[in-house]
Amino acid sequence: MTAPVADSNWTGRLRGRALRSLPPDRLLPDRQPVYVASWIYVFGVLTISAFLVVLVSGGILAIAGPQWWHSARLGHFVNSLHLWSVELFMGFMVIHLWGKFWMAAWRGHRARTWITGSICFLGSIGTAFTGYLVQSNFDSQWISTQAKDGLNSVGIGAYFNVLNFGQMLMWHIVLLPLVIGLFTVIHVLQVRRRGVVPPFERDPRDISADEVAS
Amino acid sequence: MTRAAHRSAADTPEWTGRYHDFDIVKEFVIAFVVVALLTVALALVFSSPDEKQITLSRWSHADPFDFVATAATELDGTSGTATYGAPYSHTPDAAQKIGPVSLQHIVGVTQAIDTANDFVVGPLKQVPGNPALTSALGAWKSATAGQQQTWASAYDDALAKAPGNDPAKVATGNYGPVPVMLSSLLSLAQSGGLDGDLLLHGGFFQTNYTQPLLFIADGAYLENTADAQHLGGDQWGMMNETGNYPGQAWLWLYTFWYQVSPFTTSGNADALVWGIMATLSLGFVLIPFLPGVRSIPRWIPIHRLIWRRYYAGFPSASSSSKPASGAAP
Repeated sequence: MTAPVADSNWTGRLRGRALRSLPPDRLLPDRQPVYVASWIYVFGVLTISAFLVVLVSGGILAIAGPQWWHSARLGHFVNSLHLWSVELFMGFMVIHLWGKFWMAAWRGHRARTWITGSICFLGSIGTAFTGYLVQSNFDSQWISTQAKDGLNSVGIGAYFNVLNFGQMLMWHIVLLPLVIGLFTVIHVLQVRRRGVVPPFERDPRDISADEVAS
Repeated sequence: MTRAAHRSAADTPEWTGRYHDFDIVKEFVIAFVVVALLTVALALVFSSPDEKQITLSRWSHADPFDFVATAATELDGTSGTATYGAPYSHTPDAAQKIGPVSLQHIVGVTQAIDTANDFVVGPLKQVPGNPALTSALGAWKSATAGQQQTWASAYDDALAKAPGNDPAKVATGNYGPVPVMLSSLLSLAQSGGLDGDLLLHGGFFQTNYTQPLLFIADGAYLENTADAQHLGGDQWGMMNETGNYPGQAWLWLYTFWYQVSPFTTSGNADALVWGIMATLSLGFVLIPFLPGVRSIPRWIPIHRLIWRRYYAGFPSASSSSKPASGAAP
């Protein structure tokens, strides 16, 4: 379903390309192929949900500042929300990744979906790591003084200084969440554009007409 | 059909089999509410850890002998930071290598630290109203670099041999102004003044804790505290958290390498582990293009469990091993 669009200028061409790639019924579908019937599919949306809880709880911590959670009971509770939402986020994402691996979900020209998802995973590890560095307590002291050796050994530490609280805070609350958010959006749009990978041997090009009819 | 739409359809054909109803918005709302409630429940029940930080003041009160012994190594240039190499010092051959390549050396020193002046002499210059210290600093300043090194090394060696590393039990010797300087630094640290001095760097607003953290990490107190919490490098410490809380469990593979040979003994362990993890991470991202690895899901048919209900409707298909014509593997 493609709406007629004007291709006469940049805006028209961008709109036309967006509509061709992701028509509304594919972007927000109200039906799914019959093979999408397993609990493993839930972990994708659970991961995104946990990511939003991470962003909201982290946002509240950011409003009050990095020291608030040490002195206020409410701040400590919000920090606890942030910690546990991160644990859930990473847990859901790992299950989601394993599920997609065993489905070989990169089949059918879905490699970009896998690549963007894997970048989200690696970026999330970096974001969580910087979060541990900016707790401003004993744990962050220990983790930063240990982690510096690995980063320094390959030259990264010369510019990405884990002992610099201000630098790590910026990476944690601005740069890395932006990267993860961007790649998450691209990942989800890739899923919507390419659709959910079909079962092995059930690629539509392998299905005979009578099977389709049944 | 436009050329772009045609190409898209050819790449990933539309599913032509059966569909079932699906409400993506409803699914998302339910998932979000469930996750939010689960998070609140976990936070209420388990809370989160917040082990108090170690300041130079706390360290110098809790273990003054360790503090003075560490300060002595900062003064004579034998501490971990003083001999670290890049990015803190120009120590020859200190940089780690992967094979013949040392990225640490190539990048070089970007945060130069002179431990004697930055950690000891500089902060002591800020102490007012202490004639003995003023005299000691005068003697230190007027001495040659060689004389300074001789005094500092002699005191460091004598302190290491003293019973319990107690500065009061150091054997008599020619240590110049060093004993006065280090006892003054201990007093400064215990007063809390050193924490601020190492942070200021000439400015009022500061967020860079590189110097105080390196000084603390050069001592034994931080590591002993961490070991008691099962956070040591040989205790899978990078993925652990203080108390009984889950830490960064997702770092298990990175931490794993530090538990096995040759990384437990190699002087290049950090660089080698980083090299391995960078290679594995790149491979992980590029799985769709790696022959063999991308075929593992076909060889180990866990997908039959995932899609068991679907395959149950097509028994002939579930026993087939014919690859899909458009499949990547």
